[in-house]
Amino acid sequence: MLSKRIIPCLDVRDGKTTKGIKFKENVDIGDPVEMARFYYEQGADEIVFYDITASSDRRNIMIDVVRRVAEDIFIPFSVGGGIRNIEDMREVLLAGAEKISINSEAIINSKIISEGAKAFGSQCIVLGMDVKKVEISNKIPSGYEMVIHGGRTYTGIDALAWAREAESLGAGEICLNSIDADGTKKGYELSLTPLISENVNIPVIASGGAGSIAHIYDAFTKGKADAALIASIVHYGTYTIKEIKEELHARGVKVRRTWGKSLTG
Amino acid sequence: MIAIIDYKAGNLKSVERALKKLGFACRITHDREEVLNSERIIFPGVGAAGKAIADLRHFGLDKALTQAFKEGTPILGICLGAQIILEKSEENNTQCLGLVRGDVKRFPLPLFSFDNERLKIPHMGWNGVHLVRRHPVLEGIRPQDEFYFVHSYYPMPAADQYIIGTTDYGIEFPSIIGHKNLIAMQFHLEKSGPPGLRILKNFCTWNGKI
Repeated sequence: MLSKRIIPCLDVRDGKTTKGIKFKENVDIGDPVEMARFYYEQGADEIVFYDITASSDRRNIMIDVVRRVAEDIFIPFSVGGGIRNIEDMREVLLAGAEKISINSEAIINSKIISEGAKAFGSQCIVLGMDVKKVEISNKIPSGYEMVIHGGRTYTGIDALAWAREAESLGAGEICLNSIDADGTKKGYELSLTPLISENVNIPVIASGGAGSIAHIYDAFTKGKADAALIASIVHYGTYTIKEIKEELHARGVKVRRTWGKSLTG
Repeated sequence: MIAIIDYKAGNLKSVERALKKLGFACRITHDREEVLNSERIIFPGVGAAGKAIADLRHFGLDKALTQAFKEGTPILGICLGAQIILEKSEENNTQCLGLVRGDVKRFPLPLFSFDNERLKIPHMGWNGVHLVRRHPVLEGIRPQDEFYFVHSYYPMPAADQYIIGTTDYGIEFPSIIGHKNLIAMQFHLEKSGPPGLRILKNFCTWNGKI
């Protein structure tokens, strides 16, 4: 049976991860390639890189990171942040990423989803959704609204309607981030996650709020998520991915628990 | 030299990178002669069956693959490459290469797991393989190993003798098929971590005999 996926997320600025990892042994690493290799060996099912570089040569810096990761890491990984058109997508995919994540770019221009799916296949296109809870209204019947600019700008778009539209345009997966839960470490948004996951036929990655293994368990059971995005819970060494997976397994969640020794050194 | 068949379908570079990491020389090519002169052939691919077959024909690679298969060259199909070796596909009703008798089928909808959970299409993520027979290319693979899948269609050979491994996703479908010097996997070896690389490495030293 299909395993639930555990996906660490790395924010990258100017070719360095913004948070670094502090392991229990207290080693600090800020190189995204090193971190990716560490998580690969720890049993991550996939890795997400989110580029938050603001400078003008951002593309070249990130492409170099992607290329180096692809030489070393033989699991799928995705890249998001600032991908505006088909050419940006092509460059990232050719450098070795398996998937591209598009977020506010898709809200501004939804054709990027259909064009990307047509050019590279739906399996490459992840729709990133930043969502906030609002009053239910005619315009926002689900009570969840799409936001951009880190949650500062409301778009007037209903989150559920947008998820369905993106699926019909050819998105292959949704990464669903609750701005309300993000950074709280109080758990994933467990009303939003099943609302979206049960109403689309593509996989949904829950994002935002993970502070404990119980939270991840809830995302898979109550939240009906197909995968869970995690960040500080592993970056700061609270748990290793292996510990998370063993605990989930003990609680009856199907996860990939063995990945063997690296053959490539 | 290992030929990675280039017919403009999907991520050939990741296969090339994996081979390079394992220390095997390879070339991405759509040249008929080069394919026929290579020691072994990898036939990857993502995308739609109809377009893949049209592109193969355009380069004359359909005939080259058939000839290489008859000559005993070890051939490895990956993902779409594990589908279009059959006779025909339900995907746009496509006539395929016919190296193995059988069809390519779409997962039925709605699809439910054995504990009655609704399953999504495509089948995307990590899943196990139940090995139903031994094969030199699968040496060292353990029952608990998992592999990375992304697909909405699956290969269904006409006879059980071609099925080497199966995977459970609502239905039990053939995920590894083999026939003589040909072996093919529905999952992405090049994205499946060490167990995937192990299979790739085994293939690179396989003489094509079972």
